[in-house]
Amino acid sequence: MSTHLSTDQLLHAYTVMRTIRDFEERLHVEFATGEIPGFVHLYAGQEASAAGVMAHLNDEDCIASNHRGHGHCIAKGVDVFGMMAEIYGKKTGVCGGKGGSMHIADQEKGMLGANGIVGAGAPLAAGAALASRLKGSQGVAVAFFGDGGSNEGAVFEAMNLASIMKLPCLFVAENNGYAEATGSGWSVACKDIAERAVGFGMPGVIVDGNDFFAVHAALGVAVERARKGDGPTLVEVKLSRFYGHFEGDAQTYRGPDEVKNLREHADCLALFRQRCSAEGWLDAAQFERIDGEVAQLIDDAVRLAKSDPKPQAADLLSDVYVAYHS
Amino acid sequence: MARKISYQQAINEALAQEMRRDQSVFIIGQDVSGGTGSPGEQDAWGGVLGVTKGLYPEFPDRVLDAPLSEVGYVGMAVGAATRGMRPVCELMFVDFIGCCLDQLLNQAAKFRYMFGGKTTTPLVVRAMYGAGLRAAAQHSQMLTSMWTHIPGLKVVCPATPYDAKGMLIQAIRDNDPVIFLEHKMLYSLQGEVPEELYTVPFGEANFVREGRDVTLVTYGRMVHIALEAATSLARQGIDCEVLDLRTTSPLDADSILESVEKTGRLVVIDESNPRCSIATDISALVAQQGFSFLRAPIEMVTAPHTPVPFSDALEDLYIPNAAKIEAAVLKIADKRNAA
Amino acid sequence: MIHTLTMPKWGLSMTEGRIDVWLKQPGDRVEKGEEVLDVETDKLSSSVEAPFSGVLRRVLALSDETLPVGALLGIVVEGEATEEEIDAVIDSFNAGFVSSSAETEASGPSAQKVEIGGRLLRYLELGEGGTPLVLIHGFGGDLNNWLFNQPVLAAERRVIALDLPGHGESGKQLRSGDAEELSLAVLALLDHLRLDRVHLAGHSMGGLVALTVADQAPARVASLTLIASAGLGQEINGDYLQGFADASNRNALKPPLTQLFSDPALVTRQMLEDMLKFKRLEGVDKALQQLNTALFEGGRQKLDLRHRVGRQPSLVIWGSDDAIIPARHAEGLDAQVEILPGQGHMVQLEAAERVNQVMAAFLKSQP
Repeated sequence: MSTHLSTDQLLHAYTVMRTIRDFEERLHVEFATGEIPGFVHLYAGQEASAAGVMAHLNDEDCIASNHRGHGHCIAKGVDVFGMMAEIYGKKTGVCGGKGGSMHIADQEKGMLGANGIVGAGAPLAAGAALASRLKGSQGVAVAFFGDGGSNEGAVFEAMNLASIMKLPCLFVAENNGYAEATGSGWSVACKDIAERAVGFGMPGVIVDGNDFFAVHAALGVAVERARKGDGPTLVEVKLSRFYGHFEGDAQTYRGPDEVKNLREHADCLALFRQRCSAEGWLDAAQFERIDGEVAQLIDDAVRLAKSDPKPQAADLLSDVYVAYHS
Repeated sequence: MARKISYQQAINEALAQEMRRDQSVFIIGQDVSGGTGSPGEQDAWGGVLGVTKGLYPEFPDRVLDAPLSEVGYVGMAVGAATRGMRPVCELMFVDFIGCCLDQLLNQAAKFRYMFGGKTTTPLVVRAMYGAGLRAAAQHSQMLTSMWTHIPGLKVVCPATPYDAKGMLIQAIRDNDPVIFLEHKMLYSLQGEVPEELYTVPFGEANFVREGRDVTLVTYGRMVHIALEAATSLARQGIDCEVLDLRTTSPLDADSILESVEKTGRLVVIDESNPRCSIATDISALVAQQGFSFLRAPIEMVTAPHTPVPFSDALEDLYIPNAAKIEAAVLKIADKRNAA
Repeated sequence: MIHTLTMPKWGLSMTEGRIDVWLKQPGDRVEKGEEVLDVETDKLSSSVEAPFSGVLRRVLALSDETLPVGALLGIVVEGEATEEEIDAVIDSFNAGFVSSSAETEASGPSAQKVEIGGRLLRYLELGEGGTPLVLIHGFGGDLNNWLFNQPVLAAERRVIALDLPGHGESGKQLRSGDAEELSLAVLALLDHLRLDRVHLAGHSMGGLVALTVADQAPARVASLTLIASAGLGQEINGDYLQGFADASNRNALKPPLTQLFSDPALVTRQMLEDMLKFKRLEGVDKALQQLNTALFEGGRQKLDLRHRVGRQPSLVIWGSDDAIIPARHAEGLDAQVEILPGQGHMVQLEAAERVNQVMAAFLKSQP
C-alpha cells in the first residue's frame, strides 16, 4: 500500500502531533504545581484530528476553535513559545497574557481564536468563509466543535447559512464522547452527529479520529469541495481525550480503565508510527529525531514562559478599543 | 446646506456612498433586500421599513438577505469583520438581540482585548429601537444602557438626519464594533443633510439648545421631546440647555459637566427603563465629579420599570413626554428660586 | 400706504428668528434703511432695517417671541391710515400667511450648482440689472458670509456670491490650492454666466482672489472692493490659520473663531457647530491645509498685490481691531479707504449696515 503523502508531509504531521502531545502532557504536569492560572482543557488523544485537518490548510485559510484549542493552534502554526507564555499569563504570550488558554488567536496564521463559548466559533468561521468569497480569495474556513457544541443552535444556524450560501466552510465535529461530564450517546439525539448534515443539505462524513490517514483523506475531499465552491461538509471525527474535561477533573463519569485502554489501543501517535513503519514510509530514527527536538522545544517553552515577565498595570486598560475618545 | 432629506434617507445614503467608496463594506440581515428565493422581485422590501431599499440593485453581491438566524448571520458578520471586511449587519428590531447576544457580548466586544490588541473587528450592527409604534414589549425596547455597559462596544444613537448620516459613515470606518441605534419614530424626520460624505466623531455631545438655567441631558428621540419641553419652559421664563449625547459609549462627560457647571441644575431624560440606565450613569457622574456645581437635586425622567405596554393608552404613559420633563424642571427650578 | 414689516430671511437656512428688542416704539418715525428692531437667529443676531419710510403704528411681535420667516412684526404707515384700515391689513395678512410662507420657502432664492472643469461650484444670485457684483468670501468661509450684504446690495444690481473651490458646497478637491487656481474658478463662473465685466468684492483671502482676477483679466473687473483683504502685506495671524485648519471639535474651534469677531458673544455654539459641519465634509481638511500652505505658509502672506490696487476704482474697508490681518495694510493704497473703528475681521457681518452703505455708494458712483 502507498500513500499520496510525501516524506516531508509525513514528518510534518508527526511533528505536529508529537508537539501537541508533549505540550499537553507537560501542561498536565505543570498545572498540578499550581503555577498556571485558571484552567486548561487538554487536547491529548485527539492529535490526529488537528493534524489531519490542518494538513490541507494554508495561512489564508481560517479556523475557529473551541475551549479545547491548544491542538488546533499548534497544528495551525501558532508559535509554541507564545502559546506557553500565554497559558502562564505572561506579557510575552500571543495575547499579551490577556486571553489565556481559551482565547489564543493569531489572525496572521488564520487562527480566528479558541473560544470559551461552546459553539460560538461556527458562525465566525462561516463569516471568514464569506469574507474569502467577497474578497475573491481561495481561502476556506473550518469550524471545530465537539459533541457538546454540536447541540448548540449557533452551530445549526452556521451550518444552514453556510449551506444556503454555498460558503467555502467546513464543520468538524470532534466527538470525544463527553460534553464536560455528559455522554454524547445521551445528549445527541441521533446516532451520529454526521447524520445532522442531511438537515442542512450537505454531505456528512464519519471518520476514525485515531487514524491520521483517515482524517487526512476525508478532509482532502471536503476541503477540495469547499474550494471549488460546492459548499460545506460536516465531518464527524470520532476520537477520545486522554484527560478530563479540564485539569483537576476526577473523571468519575468515565468507565473503569477507559483511558488506560485508550492509551494502549487507540493512541493516534502510536498508530501513526506503526503504520509508517509497517509501510516503510518512515524509520525509527526519523521518529526519534523528532521526539528529541519536540521534547527540547517544550522544555525551552516552559522554561521561558516561567521566567518571562507578567503584564503591567497599564496593560489592564489598553486594547479595549482601537481608538476611544473619552 | 439647503437639501433636506429624512433620517431614513440619510442612513440609506450613508450606506450607498460608503459601499461605493469601499469594496469591503457589505450589508447582511433579514430582508435587507427582501425577495431572495421568492418567486417575485428582489429588493421587494429593502429592509422591514425600507431603509436599505435600492441598495441591492446597485450592489447585488454585497447586500445579503439572511434567513431568520440572528446568531448565524450576526456571528458571520463578526467573523468577516476580523478578516478584513466592514460588515453592516442589520438586526432589525434591537429586541432581537435576545437571540444572539453572545456574538456581540462575548465575541466581537472582547476580541481586541482577549487577543492582546492584535485583532480588529470593524463591525456595525444597525438596529431599530424605541417605543411609540404600538409594537408592544418585544419590538419597542430601548436597550442602550445594556450596550453601553459592555466594554469593547461603541454605542451610537443619532437624533437627526445629519447625525444619522455622519455617524453611520463614522461607524463604518471605525475600527471597533459599533452598535448603531435608530429610533423607528425618527425615520420620517426631515433635516438638512450634506450630499457629500462626512463623519461625525464619536464622543462629542451636541449642544442643541443653549440655556442658562437648567441642563437637559438626553439622546436619541428624546432630544426632540426635550426641545419641545425647553420651548414651553422658555415661555415660563426658564432657559434650558439641551445636550444631545449622540453616543453613550464613548460618553462626552466633559460637555455634561461643562453645562452643569454653568446651570447648576440637571435633568436627565432617557427612554430606557430606569435601573442601571444612562440616566443613573449620568446622575452618578455629575454627583461624583460635579457635586459642587449642583444647586438642586438631580432629576431623572425615564420610562418606568416595566416592559413596554401595547395599548396606546398605556404606551403613551410609558414614554417620557414634554409635560413630565417640564414638571421635573419646574421642581428643581423652584428649589433654586426659593434658595 | 400701509406697509407690513415682516421677519426677514437671512441666508439660506434661516427659518425663524427671535425678537430681541424693538429699537423703535409705536408712534416713532422710521426712515428707509433705519434699524427698527433686533432679531436673533440660531446663527447670528442683527437688526431689521425698515424697507420703507413712515410711522411705526403697530408692534405685533413681543420681545423673546420666536416667529417664522415672513411672519408679521409690525405696521409702518406712510401718510394716513385709520385704525380700521390697519386692522383689515393685519387680518388679511394673517389669513394668507401660512400659504404665502410655504410659497416663500418653495420659490425663494436658492443657490445653484454648476459643474465647471470637473468641479462643482455653488453660487447664489440675487437682484438684477446694472453691472453685476461678485462677492468672494475668505478662508474657511462660504457665500453665507455675505448674508447681511447681498440682499441689500441686490436692490440696485445683480449680485452673485459664490463658494470658492474647497469651500461651502463647492467641490472640495484643489490642485495646487494657490490664488491662481481660485481666481480661475471665479473667471470660469463669469464665463458660465456670460458676464464680461463685473464689480468684484472680496473678503480676506477672497480679496486676494479678487486682486488675482484683476491681475489676470483686468478688462473684466469694473471695480475692486477689498474688505480686510489678504494680498496687501506680509502679516497674517498664522496661529489663527493653523488653529482654524486643525480644529476638529467645538472646544478647539472656539478660540480661533473668536478672534474673527469684535464681539466674542457672536461665536455661539450653533456657529461652532455649523463650522464643524463644514470642516467634517470629506476633503475640506485637505483643502484648508493646502490653501494655508500655498498662500500663508509659516504665518506669512506669500503674495503681495498692492501694485494692483488703483488700476480699477478701488474701495478698501477694514475693521480697526482686525486680529487676523492688520488694518495698517490699508495705508498708502490708491483707493478709497474706510477704517471702521472697533470692528474686527468679519466686519461685513458685524457692521453690515455701515459696510452696505459704503459699498452701495461706491458702486453707485461707478460709471
